[in-house]
Amino acid sequence: MKKTVLFGALTVAGLVAGAASAATLDDVKARGKLNCGVTTGLAGFAAPDANGVWEGFDVAVCRAVAAAVFGDPTAVEFVPTTGETRFTALASGEIDMLARNTTWTFSRDTDLGFDFVGVNYYDGQGFMVPKSLGVSSAKDLDGATVCIQTGTTTELNLADFFRANNISYQPVPIQTNAEAQQQYLAGACDVYTTDASGLAATRATFEAPGDHVLLPEIISKEPLGPLVRHGDNDWGDIVRWTFNALVTAEELGVTSANVAELAAAPTNNPEVNRLLGTEGELGAMIGLDATWAVAAISASGNYGEIFEKNIGENTPIGLARGLNALWTDGGLIYSPPFR
Amino acid sequence: MTTLTDTPKASFRLSMLIYDTRYRSLTIQVTTLGMVCLGIFWLGYNASVNLAKLGLQPNFSFLSSRAGYDISQSLIEYDSSFTHGRAALVGIVNTLLVAVLGCVAATLIGVVAGVLRLSKNWVVSRLMAVYVEGFRNVPLLLWIILIYAVMTESTPQPRDFREGGAASMLLDGSVAITNRGVYIPKPVFESGSMAVIAVLVLSFIGALLYRRYARKMLFTQGRLLPMVWPALAILIVPTLVAFFALGGPISLNYPELGGFNFAGGIQISNPLMALWVALSLYTGAFIAEIVRAGIMAISKGQTEAAYSLGLRPGRTMNLVILPQAMRVIIPPLISQFLNLTKNSSLAIAVGYPDVRATLGGITLNQTGRALECMLLIGLFYLAISLAISLVMNFYNNRMQMKER
Amino acid sequence: MSDKNVSFVRTKMLPQSEPPIGQRGVVKWIRENLFSSWLNAILTLVSIWLVWFVVSHLTPWFANSVWAAESLSQCREIRDATIGNGVPSACFAVITDRWQQLLFGFYPNTEYWRPVLALVLFVVGILPALFTAIPRKFLIGTAVTPFVLFWLLWGGSVWTTAAGALGFVIGYYAFKLLTDRAGLIVGVGGAVGISFAYWLFAAGPLGDALHSILPIGIQYVESKNFGGFTLSVVIGVSGIILSLPLGILLALGRKSDMFIVNKLSTGFIEVIRGVPLIVWLFTASLILNYFLPPGTNFDLMLRVIIMVTLFSAAYIAEVVRGGLAALPKGQYEAADSLGLDYWKSMRLIILPQALKISIPGIVNTFIGLFKDTTLVVFIGLFDPIGLTNAIRASTNWNGIYWELYVFIGLMFFVFCYSMGRYSLYLEKKLQREHR
Repeated sequence: MKKTVLFGALTVAGLVAGAASAATLDDVKARGKLNCGVTTGLAGFAAPDANGVWEGFDVAVCRAVAAAVFGDPTAVEFVPTTGETRFTALASGEIDMLARNTTWTFSRDTDLGFDFVGVNYYDGQGFMVPKSLGVSSAKDLDGATVCIQTGTTTELNLADFFRANNISYQPVPIQTNAEAQQQYLAGACDVYTTDASGLAATRATFEAPGDHVLLPEIISKEPLGPLVRHGDNDWGDIVRWTFNALVTAEELGVTSANVAELAAAPTNNPEVNRLLGTEGELGAMIGLDATWAVAAISASGNYGEIFEKNIGENTPIGLARGLNALWTDGGLIYSPPFR
Repeated sequence: MTTLTDTPKASFRLSMLIYDTRYRSLTIQVTTLGMVCLGIFWLGYNASVNLAKLGLQPNFSFLSSRAGYDISQSLIEYDSSFTHGRAALVGIVNTLLVAVLGCVAATLIGVVAGVLRLSKNWVVSRLMAVYVEGFRNVPLLLWIILIYAVMTESTPQPRDFREGGAASMLLDGSVAITNRGVYIPKPVFESGSMAVIAVLVLSFIGALLYRRYARKMLFTQGRLLPMVWPALAILIVPTLVAFFALGGPISLNYPELGGFNFAGGIQISNPLMALWVALSLYTGAFIAEIVRAGIMAISKGQTEAAYSLGLRPGRTMNLVILPQAMRVIIPPLISQFLNLTKNSSLAIAVGYPDVRATLGGITLNQTGRALECMLLIGLFYLAISLAISLVMNFYNNRMQMKER
Repeated sequence: MSDKNVSFVRTKMLPQSEPPIGQRGVVKWIRENLFSSWLNAILTLVSIWLVWFVVSHLTPWFANSVWAAESLSQCREIRDATIGNGVPSACFAVITDRWQQLLFGFYPNTEYWRPVLALVLFVVGILPALFTAIPRKFLIGTAVTPFVLFWLLWGGSVWTTAAGALGFVIGYYAFKLLTDRAGLIVGVGGAVGISFAYWLFAAGPLGDALHSILPIGIQYVESKNFGGFTLSVVIGVSGIILSLPLGILLALGRKSDMFIVNKLSTGFIEVIRGVPLIVWLFTASLILNYFLPPGTNFDLMLRVIIMVTLFSAAYIAEVVRGGLAALPKGQYEAADSLGLDYWKSMRLIILPQALKISIPGIVNTFIGLFKDTTLVVFIGLFDPIGLTNAIRASTNWNGIYWELYVFIGLMFFVFCYSMGRYSLYLEKKLQREHR
């Protein structure tokens, strides 16, 4: 037992749980664990199961990064953050990366001092209404009461949308999805608005999902992605390319099932070889092992596998790939080449 | 003064700062002050270094930039094109509103529950005990969440008020209780309404004067004048006369169902209702205990003495017990008011737009200015509580002087 | 009839007749207690209606509850199959599935005995402080308890905790030694300095060295694994234990004649009490890190415990101040007339009595603090309410609502009610002793 963090209650030296120095990778390696910020619970994206093991779409990104750095997908500490605490946690070095459905915006990328490393889910703000209301467009919602989940960009989008269309509404801000769901089902609001993925996930849990419809309007662009502190580009590269490796793996047909086999010996496809470290020295360029991508892909599969397992059409969440299909399938998911 | 001449200054040695009781307290104080200043300086230095490293200089200019979000309830003019500072002000007004409403309701509930808990009626006193213990021993946050959910589940939706719907409006179509809030008629003031209001204010003063006169008669001449009915008459009759004489310058704007919601009237939104009810019931339970303790603190001899003088039970309570109990009740009562005001920051759980939700919630979230927002919120609550403390000290001093 | 002069004389007593039906038994009790006046009758009827209203709405929900299922949808299927479509029915299966999490958070399954044992030890440990009938020498056990609890909860090497605890022993002896030689101020300053120096430089290596010689330890549990009621109790208990010394000092400071000390204490108490706990918690999670030396990073739970300690210290200070004020002036004068200096008179005469009067208030402060620990949900810690969000975020239980809150409310009620009873008992006992 070398370091007891809370033993620091007694010793000032022990209080120092981990210094956030300039090189995040060194800190992470010294600690032996990746501190990854996630939500306190969002169905399909991040939630602890009955044994306290975190699962979900965002969680898989953390696990992949941990696997790339340590070769061990369980070397992650998940730090639950709320809408208010997430940025401070990242800025103060409490977490090394944030994978918490956070929208990539100009001011967050610049003013708040973060770097978004990519987009792992293209989302947009949508509306859900009861079918019985007979509304077919969000523009018919003049005078409606709208439940919003706070702590996101949702309030601003909503205000802008209704203002631009010159219609009035009454906002009911709500802290958690569970409360919003309860209020919406009880009819305390006519409309529930949040990210379309969240709406679909929420509707799936209703007793009668068919009684509710998602309106066609998507009123905002919500590119959600992992982010790191601005200024440590080496660490940013690791997170960015780990995520890109997951996307490229799907594109090249590398899955968690065949990755070990493909990595055993060079294949005929040079890009697969470069990705899996059987050719070239891509790993060394970002300060990791040659097999970093193999480890990242074996952690929970490639991008497509992660999607299908956590939020895909066969899960209770039941989201279609849509914009999040590979660019070869008409979506927006696209990784720069590994060379 | 004699000690000064006894110990000439020449004999002062440094060790006296520690061993001599005359100087020791000075040493302790200076040391303490020095350490506190050093500590504050250390914290401030750290903060400036850390913030500089992150490139975040404390800056309040965000208060004057466009807020961009709407607030569900504002007593002052506001929409998304106003500034963050204005949004904070809306939050402050909302906090004060729920605090004042809550304090009034909590006092009423608390006094009634406290008295009823002492009642001889077994059912009633048991029920009150269950209420008091239930609310005192479960976290307020849980109560707020539960009451909010119960209120939305148990009241009808606005669409139930349509023709053939399950719900209907109360009081001849003037009040509608929905799960989005309670809609009540809104008074519309036309020309001449100021006169009616002036009459109302005057008659209020008149009623107070009558009350004073009645008390004086009671204490000086022992004559008991009727209190309730004349006071009510003074209060109501002139106002009514003025109202009708001026041709009814104040009319009511009734809420009407239109589109998705009721339009017109005043809406008391559901989050406000839930927060109000939860805060009043929770604090009411504490106040009930205070009232009960206050009444029980008055020795039984007082009641018996009053009875033996031939006072009826009601009058005994009013003239003998309560005035004495008040002295015990009021200080903890005011500190409960303070608690209620601070607890109103839990509005976050029901989405009521108080100052924590606007300045410390959405504004903080959008601008990322955690340090500045928290500082402002802290100062606001501190100002309120210091104001209430002042009132309490003033009252305590006044009460103490009367004590014999 | 015939003999008019014979007056009637009863020769034996009539048996006592029963009181009329309205004046005896249940009827009399009901009349006197429930319907003694119009107002009373109305109150009774309203109360009975209220109780009936609540009970009649809740009973079917409870009676039809499902206790064994793996997800909410399964719960609904079971209900539809056995009871009927859309009948109100609670799904307490979520409790049977997740009760361990609600109680222990993410504490390792095999180590659940540790928090339980810690709770038992805590109760046993504070008994000597609470019940005066227990011999005073057991108080040494009370002093050791916090360290044992710390070790039990977080685990790790026993030597690390022991080495930390040794600092207090060293400080104590340094204090005694220095006070005898050079007076109180030097004693306090020296003891604090020596202890800190020891903790900074010697405690860590000493613990490691001892551990390498004789490794005794239990599994180390990180504080992020604490959750549910364990988290609430740990925050509440450590907050109250740590805040007691600070609170007493603040109370003495506020009663002190020394101008600066008095104003500083008063200012601290008023500032802390004037701002809601939730704002302090946000401060702990959002900005406390900015005030620490660059590069330092506290564990969030530790930051919360620090904030909660400062917060409850201000409340404890007010309670203790009340206790100090309630002591008759004669006690202070008697202590002075014995020639005791300030600290001796406080330690030997004033504080033992004042603290005894304050115990009910301290217990009430603790109840309040324990309830307030639910606010940590807003900064992302998994207290019971925070866990409800996490549980609902799993696809199995998404959509469940009331059952979790009912369970949590009940648990809190049991904890707080029993403590409230204890404080009431103390208050009664103190009243008796004072007469």
